Amino acid sequence: MTMGVDVVIIGAGPAGMSAANTINEFGGNVVVLDEQAAPGGQIYKAIDHVRHDRPNELMWLGPTYSEGARLTEKFGSQEIDYRPGSMVWNIEGPTSDGFYTVYYSRTGKSRKLVTGYIIAATGAMERPVPIPGWTLPGVMTVGAIQSVMKNSGIYPSGKLILAGTGPLVLQSANQLIAANVDIAAILDTSPKGSFVRALKYFPRAAIAGDYLFKGWKLAREVRRSGVKIYRNVTDLAALGENSVQNVSFKENGEEHCLEVDTLALHEGILPNTQLTRLLDLKHVWSERQRSFYPVVDSAGETSRSGVFVVGDGAGISGSKTAEYSGVIAGMTILEKLDYIKESQRDIIVEEKKLRRFLDEGIRPFLDTLFPAPTKIEAISNKTIICRCEEITAGEIRDVVKKGCSGPNQAKAFLRCGMGVCQGRMCGASVTEVMSQAMGKTPSDVGTYRIRPPLKPLSLDEIASLNES
Amino acid sequence: MASDFIVVGGGLVGASVAYGLLKSGATVTVLDEGDTAFRASRGNFGLVWVQSKGDGMHEYAAWSRESSDLWPDFAERLGEETGINVGHHRPGGLELCLDEAEYKDFENSINRMHNQPSVGENGRRMLSGDEVRRMEPSVGPEVVGASYCPYDGIVNPLYTLRALHQKCIETGMIYRSDHIVENIIPQSPGFKVITSKGDFIGDKVILAAGNGNRNLGEYVGLNIPTGPERGHIVVTERTSPLFNYVLGSIRQTDEGTVMLGATKENVGFDTGFNFEMAAKIIDRAVRKVPTLKNLRMIRSWSALRIMSPDGFPVYEESSQFPGAFVVTCHSGVTLAAAHALKLAPKLLGNDFNDTFAAFSPMRFNVQEI
Amino acid sequence: MFKRFNQKTKLSVKIEFDGKVVEAVEGDTVAGAIMAAGISDLREATVSGAPRGPYCMMGVCFECLVEIDGIGHQQACLLSVKNGMIIKREKAKRLVFDDHGC
Repeated sequence: MTMGVDVVIIGAGPAGMSAANTINEFGGNVVVLDEQAAPGGQIYKAIDHVRHDRPNELMWLGPTYSEGARLTEKFGSQEIDYRPGSMVWNIEGPTSDGFYTVYYSRTGKSRKLVTGYIIAATGAMERPVPIPGWTLPGVMTVGAIQSVMKNSGIYPSGKLILAGTGPLVLQSANQLIAANVDIAAILDTSPKGSFVRALKYFPRAAIAGDYLFKGWKLAREVRRSGVKIYRNVTDLAALGENSVQNVSFKENGEEHCLEVDTLALHEGILPNTQLTRLLDLKHVWSERQRSFYPVVDSAGETSRSGVFVVGDGAGISGSKTAEYSGVIAGMTILEKLDYIKESQRDIIVEEKKLRRFLDEGIRPFLDTLFPAPTKIEAISNKTIICRCEEITAGEIRDVVKKGCSGPNQAKAFLRCGMGVCQGRMCGASVTEVMSQAMGKTPSDVGTYRIRPPLKPLSLDEIASLNES
Repeated sequence: MASDFIVVGGGLVGASVAYGLLKSGATVTVLDEGDTAFRASRGNFGLVWVQSKGDGMHEYAAWSRESSDLWPDFAERLGEETGINVGHHRPGGLELCLDEAEYKDFENSINRMHNQPSVGENGRRMLSGDEVRRMEPSVGPEVVGASYCPYDGIVNPLYTLRALHQKCIETGMIYRSDHIVENIIPQSPGFKVITSKGDFIGDKVILAAGNGNRNLGEYVGLNIPTGPERGHIVVTERTSPLFNYVLGSIRQTDEGTVMLGATKENVGFDTGFNFEMAAKIIDRAVRKVPTLKNLRMIRSWSALRIMSPDGFPVYEESSQFPGAFVVTCHSGVTLAAAHALKLAPKLLGNDFNDTFAAFSPMRFNVQEI
Repeated sequence: MFKRFNQKTKLSVKIEFDGKVVEAVEGDTVAGAIMAAGISDLREATVSGAPRGPYCMMGVCFECLVEIDGIGHQQACLLSVKNGMIIKREKAKRLVFDDHGC
């Protein structure tokens, strides 16, 4: 047990690293717990490794990715107490004098840290895309393709199809095209008229920097590459025996079926609220982003005093805003701990807040341009919603008809959400399916109650933590 | 629209009672809270347990045994009626002892119950450590003995609740969730139940709202001195079948997950997770069955039992407002069969208090209001 | 079906997956190394036993669970390869063994 840790930061993506760099710079005592093996989060995954061992691959991973090196270099040079491979599985508190205990597992051993401040920078996850057959090997997310490109320098070598909508699809397509990877087709599920609807947010988006230009370039690259693009795609289904072999879909109502070896799905990203729900923080539903996010004030503090959430975990807002939020939270906490004066804090925080405001200008435009397109009522009854326990949309709709009042009761009746992923893959879908079936808003329907451990850990480990 | 019965509470107690009433031809409305209510039923471990019940009240020992004997047919019938397999098994139960003091405690309890009238100790007897390991090879060397009872078993309480709900709805139960009861106004005859979403009229009203009963009882002249007692449960990933018997605080479900439990805390209405409690549960479980060590804990939760001062059920018809009843206990799973098949029919007649005299809250020497 | 960009990379790390020798590079994730060896399923689904492979590659889907050096339930996408690792597909219901392996 360690006293004297000023701040525990969970996650080492842009938000976590910025916060850590800031706090450390002013003398604060910070511990960074990162589940991954190296800093960078998802967006800058394995950046140091790639720069060092596979620099030729940087070219096609794009300029945004290389940007990450600025952060990881600073992060690595500051002698910050960085603990990779650490899985936070419980947080208790606050005690009457405001302390939290963070439990984490590393190399098979569990430990505790006591602290007055927690910055959760656990980021986002891709929205689950439940289509028939999505549990077949070979079906993965677009982010997964990007991850293995970064981590291991591997690419899908057979027939690759990207299906979905969102900035990540564009970005990934560009990376693959630049790397000369063959894309058999892109199935664009963007709903008709999104661009027209998004136009009203254009002015605000234009002040956000060069996002619009970058985005336009990305789109142009894809068009120029000659990759076959199908538009207004609906009714996606993955078909195959022991792995995915075909994908069927409709383009403007017309049926198609293509051969495929790797089917990459994407329908936007959501804040990963597993940790924030464990902490019982107040969450609200964003209709525009179609996701729940924890409520935070402008400094990033949540409904629990001393607990901050920064980055995409507080609402999808991109890597630049994540950095600014990390600095703002860091400076706020530094002042509370008397490492800096209010005036020092205010100078930096005000500047970052302004930058953040401008940067966030792209969001309404992007969210409207790339809405999550799947009509919930169009998800067939046979489609698996809970992958771990193999519960279908039909079974969930059935218990709603029989009077089930929410996701937790559905969990009790069907076991959905009780599997190994602890509701991560099905939570959002269950809320939406029930919301549509009950005629209530997702806000009213609610979500799974999350309990420790945040990830499974061996009984042995818990028993031995208790002894120490 | 009026019902013969309004049942407040749609958990295992309320649902079992509703099932029985509907079977007898009565019309029933069940009022339930919402998705995040306390719901002791969701906490339940799933033991259909006889061996420790009724040390100090032989009627309870007999009642538990009666329910356990009714359970196999009850489970089969529910399966036929709803297509849901509630996973009932009655292999017998072992309460493992990790030291001599625990062994002595159980032994003394058996002796006391042996001297009670009626069912005595219900077939319970002490076994040595070696006998236990012969019966249950996964039990570790630290176990010095166990208390065994052939009538102990398990069932899946969540599937049971789901089956009861399904059958009740098919039989015409009016079920309203998210309807929190705010007041009960005796109409003499009959009762008007005021909820957050509307009023309901019934000839009789049954309080089966667990920890919510205490406040509601005041409206109908029932003093129900129960209080919350927190229990923690830890659940592991699925594994191959490990046990021949049910080990009391360790029980494996049909799905293969292993549930570990049995702590008691008085913390009011707090259902938060307490690491100390979870660690305690795990520690004891791993000492009893060392092979559990390598399993991963997937989930944990706590739930609030409904505890009376002596731990025995409280059943009573109000003398001030006849037609208002309380049916409450901490072993809603074990007693589900008896509640459905033996208690529910009694709610239709005049001899409820005579039949269940031993379970009256008068035993606590409190005056009815 | 995945390949390495750099076909000339020196594959200096050797691990074993269900008896098959897989060559990898330091820095590979276990999942990445297995995928690069042409294998797409890493485990059996808990309920049906159907083959499952990695989906998210970031630690939230739990489809990449494998047994590494006797310890099960490990997320292959979060762990880096180490020379000599013995990896096995995770079965639908994990068997537990006592210290004597029986």
